Amino acid sequence: MGVVTPEKLAFETPLALESGKTLPRFDLMVETYGALNADASNAVLICHALSGDHHAAGVSSADDRKPGWWDSAIGPGKPIDTDHFFVVCLNNLGGCRGSTGPNTPNPETGELYGPDFPLLTVSDWVRSQALLADRLGIRAWAAVVGGSLGGMQVTQWTVDFPHRIRHAVIIASAPRLSAQNIAFNEIARQAILTDPEFHGGRFYAHNTIPSNGLKLARMLGHITYLSDEAMRAKFGHELKAPKPGFNFDVEFEVESYLRYQGQRFVERFDANTYLLMTKALDYFDPARDYGGSLTRAFQQVQARCLVIAFTSDWRFAPERSKEIVRALLDARKDVSYALIDSSLGHDDFLMPLPHYHDVLRGFMMRARP
Amino acid sequence: MVLRPDFALISRWIPQGARVLDLGCGDGELLSYLLTERNVSGYGLDIDEPHITACIRRGVNVIESDINEGLRDFADQSFDVVIMSHALQALTRPDEAVADMLRVGRQAIVTFPNFGHWRVRSAMFAGRMPLTPTLPDRWFDTPNIHLCTVSDFEVLCRERGWGIRDRHLLDRRHRQGRSIRLAPNLFAEIALYLLEADGKRRAP
Repeated sequence: MGVVTPEKLAFETPLALESGKTLPRFDLMVETYGALNADASNAVLICHALSGDHHAAGVSSADDRKPGWWDSAIGPGKPIDTDHFFVVCLNNLGGCRGSTGPNTPNPETGELYGPDFPLLTVSDWVRSQALLADRLGIRAWAAVVGGSLGGMQVTQWTVDFPHRIRHAVIIASAPRLSAQNIAFNEIARQAILTDPEFHGGRFYAHNTIPSNGLKLARMLGHITYLSDEAMRAKFGHELKAPKPGFNFDVEFEVESYLRYQGQRFVERFDANTYLLMTKALDYFDPARDYGGSLTRAFQQVQARCLVIAFTSDWRFAPERSKEIVRALLDARKDVSYALIDSSLGHDDFLMPLPHYHDVLRGFMMRARP
Repeated sequence: MVLRPDFALISRWIPQGARVLDLGCGDGELLSYLLTERNVSGYGLDIDEPHITACIRRGVNVIESDINEGLRDFADQSFDVVIMSHALQALTRPDEAVADMLRVGRQAIVTFPNFGHWRVRSAMFAGRMPLTPTLPDRWFDTPNIHLCTVSDFEVLCRERGWGIRDRHLLDRRHRQGRSIRLAPNLFAEIALYLLEADGKRRAP
């Protein structure tokens, strides 16, 4: 993919949100790969998950060693082939990587938004993404693709803008959260909210960050992204030292790994954004406006849909993807479903597993204009 | 591309614009043909990874699932026709599978190799498990665990009250010669049945 440079697009019109609040204006940080064709029919939108951003593929500079979060799937000759598609990825509203969010200035006060940034829903994101499509001259996406929370945005696209999405790829996702999913999110939020350095979300003004809370939240999240089998294979029961130390220092490999992951996350992520993202997950329910029936929600769907699940994913288990498939079948929509044999867990949606990428590539070939 | 002759016969039983479910759809050849020739809508079911990929590449809707686990994802009478081509004999409970097909579909099309063919009988007469052009696998390494003859299948249909609307009994080149008409269970190698659920159930 080579070096890519993001672009900040300003939207100066107010955006009415599902909460009843309004954003007076907003910026979206966007990366694009490949070229838009003459009739703008080859555009693909990539929706990111909880901790993702606009940097999905390529590198940020020539000496950048770490490519974007989905570089395995996006690029020339890859399943989402930039020789054929114009691929768009954005940092969602409320994010912390350049788009308007809690860590950007509130035009009304001149201070950073912090806790005054309104909570968002997946529908709000989809509406802002539709405005981005308008800006780029894209009437309908050839495909909208996303995993996990990204897959929820794809699902919402098929319901909210049925005529603006021709193919939908919903990966490792769920039609809504289970009580267990919400419970994990709530513990993550409590870890942040009860950190003394959180200061009610106004920690920027105190020149601090609730690093302990955010770190705990990430450590907990990370456990749910991995399968028991993967953790066993990676860490086993290995002690770092030859003998137990009988104290609470880092003793096991898995502890060391989680603390490292937590620490790295604190350095790149905003606590208010984390809170907002988990709430958007919790609120997600495309069936809510349709009497709780996902089948009714899908009545208007026009897109050909592909649903992909992973056998070792217990955060959004295959059974949850099957709920989406079943509702699409009941609504008599075009849907395919692939169950990928995997071992890592939820995170497998970012891995280049052969069957997974074969299926994705095959479907995307049909999405070419 | 030349369509497999049994698929050509199956497609004649499919009405224009029908909603079709194809169990064990393979690489999607039949569904793909029916999409263009009969303007059907529908889905294939399969469990083999290369088959899933092949269907998706063809633009055929496919659901990766094990048909041994039944058709739980599908509502009663939600299809016009449910097809199962050369998979019946590989299922753990073929009888339950056909019953489920007739729950989900108004009609069912079932095809299978006839275990009553003279080649099979002569092998068995010689005291050996058959190795024939339609049953090429040895006994210890075959997917075919529930083989039946044309007569066995028709007895099951009678017992379960499945009405036989039509049938084709063919040799392996998909021809229906005079010998098959004279003694179908002895000379047919492949059987194709069109079933409906409206027959009366009879005691075995």
